[in-house]
Amino acid sequence: MSVEHLSGGEMIMRSLKEEGVDLIFGYPGGSVLHIYDALYQQDHVEHILVRHEQGAVHAADGYARSTGKTGVVLVTSGPGATNAVTGIATAYMDSIPLVVLSGNVPSWATGTDFFQETDMIGVSRPIVKHSFMVQSVEEIPSIMKKAFMLASTGRPGPVVIDIPKDMTAPTEKRPFEYPESMRLRSYSPAQKGHSGQIRKALELLVQAKRPVIYAGGGSVTGDASGELTELAKRLGYPVTNTLMGLGAFPGTDPQFIGMLGMHGFYEANMAMHNADVIFAVGARFDDRVTNDPDKFCPGAKFIHIDIDPASIQKTISEVEVPIVGPTKAVLADMLVMLDEVQMGQNAEDLAAWWQQIDGWRDSQGLWTQDRFERTDMIMPQDVVKTLYEVTGGDAFVCSDVGQHQMFAAQYYKYDKPRRWINSGGLGTMGFGLPAAMGVQFAHPDAPVAVVTGEGSIQMCIQELSACKQYGLPLKIININNEALGMVRQWQDMQYGGRYSASTYQDSLPDFVALAEAFGHVGMRVTDPAQLKQAMTDCFAMKDKLVFMDILVDPNEHVYPMQIATGSMRDMWVSKTERT
Amino acid sequence: MRHIISVLMENAPGALSRVTGLFSQRGYNIESLTVAPTDDPSLSRLTVTTIGDDRVVEQITKQLNKLIDVVKLVDLSEGAHIERELMLIKIKATGAQRAEVKRTADIFRGQVVDVTPSAYTVQLAGSSDKLDAFIEAIGSVAIMEVARTGVCGIARGERVLAL
Repeated sequence: MSVEHLSGGEMIMRSLKEEGVDLIFGYPGGSVLHIYDALYQQDHVEHILVRHEQGAVHAADGYARSTGKTGVVLVTSGPGATNAVTGIATAYMDSIPLVVLSGNVPSWATGTDFFQETDMIGVSRPIVKHSFMVQSVEEIPSIMKKAFMLASTGRPGPVVIDIPKDMTAPTEKRPFEYPESMRLRSYSPAQKGHSGQIRKALELLVQAKRPVIYAGGGSVTGDASGELTELAKRLGYPVTNTLMGLGAFPGTDPQFIGMLGMHGFYEANMAMHNADVIFAVGARFDDRVTNDPDKFCPGAKFIHIDIDPASIQKTISEVEVPIVGPTKAVLADMLVMLDEVQMGQNAEDLAAWWQQIDGWRDSQGLWTQDRFERTDMIMPQDVVKTLYEVTGGDAFVCSDVGQHQMFAAQYYKYDKPRRWINSGGLGTMGFGLPAAMGVQFAHPDAPVAVVTGEGSIQMCIQELSACKQYGLPLKIININNEALGMVRQWQDMQYGGRYSASTYQDSLPDFVALAEAFGHVGMRVTDPAQLKQAMTDCFAMKDKLVFMDILVDPNEHVYPMQIATGSMRDMWVSKTERT
Repeated sequence: MRHIISVLMENAPGALSRVTGLFSQRGYNIESLTVAPTDDPSLSRLTVTTIGDDRVVEQITKQLNKLIDVVKLVDLSEGAHIERELMLIKIKATGAQRAEVKRTADIFRGQVVDVTPSAYTVQLAGSSDKLDAFIEAIGSVAIMEVARTGVCGIARGERVLAL
């Protein structure tokens, strides 16, 4: 059998095909022109031209978050690579599988401060799961195979492949054979949890008097939503989700007690504080969840499932039952073993616990009644509630970062995983619009909403042009409070209302005209009475991108809000009331 | 507490910077660091001494293990082990001092490896404490230059760090 000979650029394209990749996001430049030429001469992989490399990475990220597949990015050296850095860091913090191909100067020029040279391996080192520098054309197939394997297995994350230009020259043809599989002697993520630990966890769980299931992003990225839901239903225990975990357990289920943490639900934070057993599923006890870790859940024993051993006992000092393994496999084993342990002995305690939780819900829950006061302006909470009604709870909601993000997390009930797309760990403003592009490419017929603010949207607004090029009918819900809302909330609460650099005076653009300039539909809504009709009209325009600029009450804050250095139960529940 | 962590890692470009980068990125300190290829040329052995409480050291070992280039590691200070550091030290040695320096080197089982009319260069191997003690015994006035390798270690008995 004769072996095919391909150039490095052709090898990259063929490797992508072998990995089942049909869509990549990128931006051409000098160092990757060979690769772009190889791209041009094949028809399996489609390339989406963004307007800024940050947008390419966020788009691939949104594609990955909404599908579970690995997102792929192609950028050039120097500024192309450094522009991608924010996107890579965003994906790294949220454990999103990406393969980022960055061009670099020819290998013979490395280190000479060549035109558009950046040490991408060095720059990206702290924000990648791993990275590769291509040193010979022959090794491209095995590097590609390893990169996809590393990005998507274990705790997923971004992998950078840095490719000097001479490695992709069309004249340099080398034998191409794509490896079936690749083993790395240093890499063997757990495939299953330890059965002894799983049994211990179940024994602790079934005896719990005041249990809480606390599920995070690992139950979404680990595709464990089904197992999590079944286990929670069989146990009858309350479930709270982290910001990254929303949708892992159905938001409309009565056992769901809301998001927890800094802007978490009162009932979720109270339940955590008073719990005796906390069952953490793919959650990393992030600082936005725990408040002061020394005061965190004083009476609780912890069971913690995580694929990453380093996440266990990282922020909290003692975990009773640590289980290293994929959330899906561990929960599936638990479901099997559940038949062997005696359940129901805690029925009385559990009933009392639910009574207590329902009491918290009734007194301060965001979904039992409105906890905000309406003015004559549109309230940001009502924007999200209306979005939920108009889309029947079934849209992909891509958020930016700030107050609108928290409102979208609190007031949209996510029944399915991978529907809530946001930058949780890094908190990247500008994420929403490009991420939504990736989501829409993956789900061309689904309603995709971008919940954003006038601050965040301006950070990657250039992608409106890419949306036009590819006909992406996104629905942009711009919750416009004419200020950097979350910054201003902190300035109100902690800096005596001194609005340092959080307002724009009168410099905001006319977003309707701006949307139109990009070839889209713009709408401006200011009257609360017209909000629902306007949003209905917006979503009725199925084949158009609609930019809804919704002017809201600028004085509104996000509540609850935990009080810094306090415990889970220390919260402001309004501007004047605290627990 | 002081820990000595020995790491087997891929002998590949960039591997060392991933390890040292991890320490600075996560705020762990490095007291000393040694690295060289092993008998298997595809592997390097890196030994790092660090100071931290049990929780910090647990995180350091877990985070190191996460690095794809790290194949295996051991915290030598968890068990009986041997540690050695090599020092080359250049000492002013004139007149009566020459005999005194030589005597002190002998006491510490050091060897004079280079001689000029006014200086001795002494080679000394041992635990870091022993090297510190020698420096103190010589006194800072007489010391011209110190070159230390950092700690290298191995477990006592049958335990090995190998693939």
